[in-house]
Amino acid sequence: MLEKDVVYESTLDHDFLDEIYALPGGQEIKKCIQCGTCSGSCPVGSVMDYAPRKIFSLIRAGFRDEVLSSNTIWFCASCYTCAVRCPKEIKITDVMYALKRLAVKEGKTRGRKAVVLSKNFVKMVNKYGRNHETELMTRYILEAELFNAFHFIPQGWRLFSNGRLPLKPHRMKNLDQLRRILKKVDELGEI
Amino acid sequence: MKYTYYPGCSVGATANLYQDSINVVAPKVGVELEELQDWNCCGATAYMSVKELMSFAISARNLALAEPFHRDVVTPCSACYLVLNKTNHYFAEYPELRKKLGKALEAGGLSYSGNIRVRHLLDVFVNDVGPERLSELATKKLAGLRVAPYYGCQIVRPEEGFDDPDEPESMDRLIEAIGATCVEYPMKAKCCGASLMGTQEKLALKLCRELLANAVRADAHCIVTLCPLCQMNLDVYQPKVNGLFRTKFNIPVIYFTQLIGLSLGIPPRELGLHRLAVKMTKQMKDVLKGA
Amino acid sequence: MSERIGVYVCHCGTNIAGKVNIDEVVRFAEGLAGVELVRDYKFMCSDPGQAMIQKDIEGDLIDRVVVASCSPLMHENTFRKVCERCGVNPYLFTMANIREQCSWVHVDMGDSTAKAKALIAAAVSRTKFLEPLPKREVSINPRTLVIGGGIAGIQAALDLAEAGKEVVLVEREPSIGGHMAKFDKTFPTLDCSACILTPRMVQVGQHPNIKLMTYAELDEVNGYVGNFTVRVRNKARYVDPELCNGCGMCWEKCPGTRVPRKGNVHEKLSLGPTTSIYMPFMQAVPAVPVIDSGTCLYFQKGKCRVCESVCERTAIKYDMEDTFEEFEVGNIIIATGFRTFDPRVIKRYGYGALPNVMTSLDFEIMNCAAGSTSGAILMADGSEPKSIGIVHCVGSRDKHYNEHCSRVCCMYALKYAHLIKEKTNAEVFDFYIDMRCFGKGYEEFYDRLLGEDVRFVRGKVAEVSNVPVNVVEEGKLVISVEDTLVGVVRRVPVDMVVLCTGLESSVGLAEVATMCNVSVGKDGFIIEKHPKLGPVSTATDGVFIAGACQSPKDIPDTVAQASAASSAVLSMITRGMIEIESATAEINEKKCSGCRICNNLCPYLAITFDREKGVSVINEALCKGCGTCVAACPSNAIKAKHFANEQIFAEIEGLLSV
Repeated sequence: MLEKDVVYESTLDHDFLDEIYALPGGQEIKKCIQCGTCSGSCPVGSVMDYAPRKIFSLIRAGFRDEVLSSNTIWFCASCYTCAVRCPKEIKITDVMYALKRLAVKEGKTRGRKAVVLSKNFVKMVNKYGRNHETELMTRYILEAELFNAFHFIPQGWRLFSNGRLPLKPHRMKNLDQLRRILKKVDELGEI
Repeated sequence: MKYTYYPGCSVGATANLYQDSINVVAPKVGVELEELQDWNCCGATAYMSVKELMSFAISARNLALAEPFHRDVVTPCSACYLVLNKTNHYFAEYPELRKKLGKALEAGGLSYSGNIRVRHLLDVFVNDVGPERLSELATKKLAGLRVAPYYGCQIVRPEEGFDDPDEPESMDRLIEAIGATCVEYPMKAKCCGASLMGTQEKLALKLCRELLANAVRADAHCIVTLCPLCQMNLDVYQPKVNGLFRTKFNIPVIYFTQLIGLSLGIPPRELGLHRLAVKMTKQMKDVLKGA
Repeated sequence: MSERIGVYVCHCGTNIAGKVNIDEVVRFAEGLAGVELVRDYKFMCSDPGQAMIQKDIEGDLIDRVVVASCSPLMHENTFRKVCERCGVNPYLFTMANIREQCSWVHVDMGDSTAKAKALIAAAVSRTKFLEPLPKREVSINPRTLVIGGGIAGIQAALDLAEAGKEVVLVEREPSIGGHMAKFDKTFPTLDCSACILTPRMVQVGQHPNIKLMTYAELDEVNGYVGNFTVRVRNKARYVDPELCNGCGMCWEKCPGTRVPRKGNVHEKLSLGPTTSIYMPFMQAVPAVPVIDSGTCLYFQKGKCRVCESVCERTAIKYDMEDTFEEFEVGNIIIATGFRTFDPRVIKRYGYGALPNVMTSLDFEIMNCAAGSTSGAILMADGSEPKSIGIVHCVGSRDKHYNEHCSRVCCMYALKYAHLIKEKTNAEVFDFYIDMRCFGKGYEEFYDRLLGEDVRFVRGKVAEVSNVPVNVVEEGKLVISVEDTLVGVVRRVPVDMVVLCTGLESSVGLAEVATMCNVSVGKDGFIIEKHPKLGPVSTATDGVFIAGACQSPKDIPDTVAQASAASSAVLSMITRGMIEIESATAEINEKKCSGCRICNNLCPYLAITFDREKGVSVINEALCKGCGTCVAACPSNAIKAKHFANEQIFAEIEGLLSV
């Protein structure tokens, strides 16, 4: 969170700006007029550390740590309401994804449950080629909600008793092809 | 009308009731869905949060596999719809990305030239089949059934031109066409919380509470939706909403294909309606009987 | 040819000399064929610089001139005039642009100097082949056409009329007055709009030099500067203006209506009578009503005719038809004003779907003392609102609709806040992104409003909804907005919402622009000649613009522009003649095969076909010398004066010779 003290230029990270600008569609962030439509439209804006508009002003000022450690980027539900309403047509949701990835890359994700969920999702896809919701939720609960596990039982039961929680995963056949593609991407490096 | 069908991971698991209804309803309205052989997960929102190029790559594999068929890809899931379309747009707009994707696909022996259009199943029902045809086919006009049309977010945003991003009405027309009453539902395109239900449950429950409250306020017998995650949140977690907010919601949340199936006179069990967590209410069953 | 060319190289301070080696260039030029002498000077455009050229010409040392300096757009005229003064035809002069096209765009001095040499070689080579061209002048008809009878048109017409010149003022509504006639008070002085406008309207109506054509539309414009032929369509009013005395019996008795019969207060908002035969407002000029045939019972169902029966002057004429009138003018001033953005397309603001959401124009009309609510601010059901939210930037500053800022909305929003506080006990919330108070007295007005208990919230409204989340919000319009200065998301319940809709160009401006041969920009407004130095002129000689048709603006700026336009027109009229560009195209009749390919290519519609002779003919006065026809002619029959083939080839050879 922002500390209550004078902020000296030397503490700000202006390279952060350039990283974000380099993303596809990132240049548009410079045009933000801080109108607040995004925050006002966000279904969870009122509970974020910083509402979307503030994230942009923090990015432009160079507050790297505050942005990447905030819960904002993990609370984003990808509803895209901000993106369709932004008068400067900034791809806000996509910037949120980029910030998520940066936060993961820099390890600023301690305690972020959404990261656990996402990482396990990726594991599932890499393992089976398709998501296996049962295994995903099991892994997630074990890793992030162990002390809360019993909390998930009612939902689990509701799904299971209605035949909506398959125990066996669907596997794709040509998993090898998928894996080759993923390996190539690893070599090419992210955009 | 034949299409390449991209089911996505959910309809094979937690949303299998959606698939049940699609299996019986689609052929009856003349929609032939040929499943894309050996498709892989689109990555949804989760993959994109960790790795961008990889996310586009796994998505692009599906598009590359579909391209030789030279026909539209249709998906019933809003997240898959969004991700596949996003891949198409970024593929077209950013040459750097296109190059890298090309190389990645090549490693799997595939290539893609960006010529596949991805559509949502609702789009096909509204624009290819059409309300008039559905009205004709409806042997059981659902007179008296009050339905709240819930679109959710990712089918209308970002804009693909299919419907209005704030106030869509394509499904409203379908509902009216089969004789049911589409109620005034201002929350129709508001967020249900999506995957936050797993990680920030209270937040998502609050959002779902508003959606349910508004449907009840409009005197709806049921809510109709088109996204597996929305359906899960509103249906499976409805008791949780009641628990947290001391409300007494008891409103079934069904898929639009299930609703259409009812109008075609198909028995509820065949439509997978027995799999609802919040079962069809007596009130709703009575209305259907009388219709 | 025994031409003797003088080459003058300008330093332009360090603008050129800083990047081009002047000495080297001078020595190079001295070696070019046809060059009699080469001089250089710090500022060729200055008096001493010009005197240099003059001296050489008068001393009979040279008979053609090349100046290597800045862009022709800057000083071509300056040097042409020097030539003229000394008896050398101005078309025997060439300018080599070694500044904008050379020194200003190079980093390396060597490269820059090399290019300067090439440009000068080209200019010299071309100048050898130049031919003298006669001066062309056309006369200016002292009558002016003003299109649009809002405050811009009214001001321009009065300026010209008072100067003793004839004006035809064409307005498509039944009365002049434009938007100003619909306002209650104007910012920042809170003058009553009608009170300051109507005296001018009356003046226009009575002025002997102004021919007022209302309920009339521009139909066709032909001709060129000083000599336009205009055709106007007079729409049928169904009331004879010669006979009508404006008594008002007709609308008093009329049973027809132009507003929904069972409409609420907002649906019935109007300034004048809402009957089918009506005057738009009581101070209309001319004070003659018009029949709206779309709702009139006689025109729709063949019944009624009450107005005819009560009219003592037998002025009602159901069989009136549109008529056309043609006349000639020398200049045209376009003053078509603006329209307000229709916020129906922004679904999340609820205009047209939710009750008590109004546009700024709706709100103005409601506030007018002469309007249907007598100036009272009421909700749709007639009750008094307890809270009102004013929303800035609706349809402006938004890539989805209009990127531009509409300039006046912040000020009129403050005005509304004040009016609401003055007339009611309602709470006022004002939601803005920036507060743009740029004019004289504007910031002071903002200061005044800050002191009037208005709740200012800096945040663009995300949504206006009627879905409550708590008891307090029931029955209210809830505004969702981020209070960006505080940093929280707020839900503000209000009774009424006023949307500050932005300004766009008038309906039909594109057609008027085409008729008058001017261009419209991406933003829908007319493109002025120069955004800084030529705001009221256009690229078309004789066509001027004033007011909101050029860009959104407030009343003081509109009036200033109107006077500027009329001043420009008066300058033309006073001169009586205008010189037009001589570099036009010319068709060699003997070579023309009559294929007519050029006819439709001309962007200025300057080429016609002479059927008798079987050849195409160029109207020199319309021709701008663009060269399109020259390039297209398959018979090589068209010559571009001052840009003839041999001149251009010579120029190319000069460029390549370095």
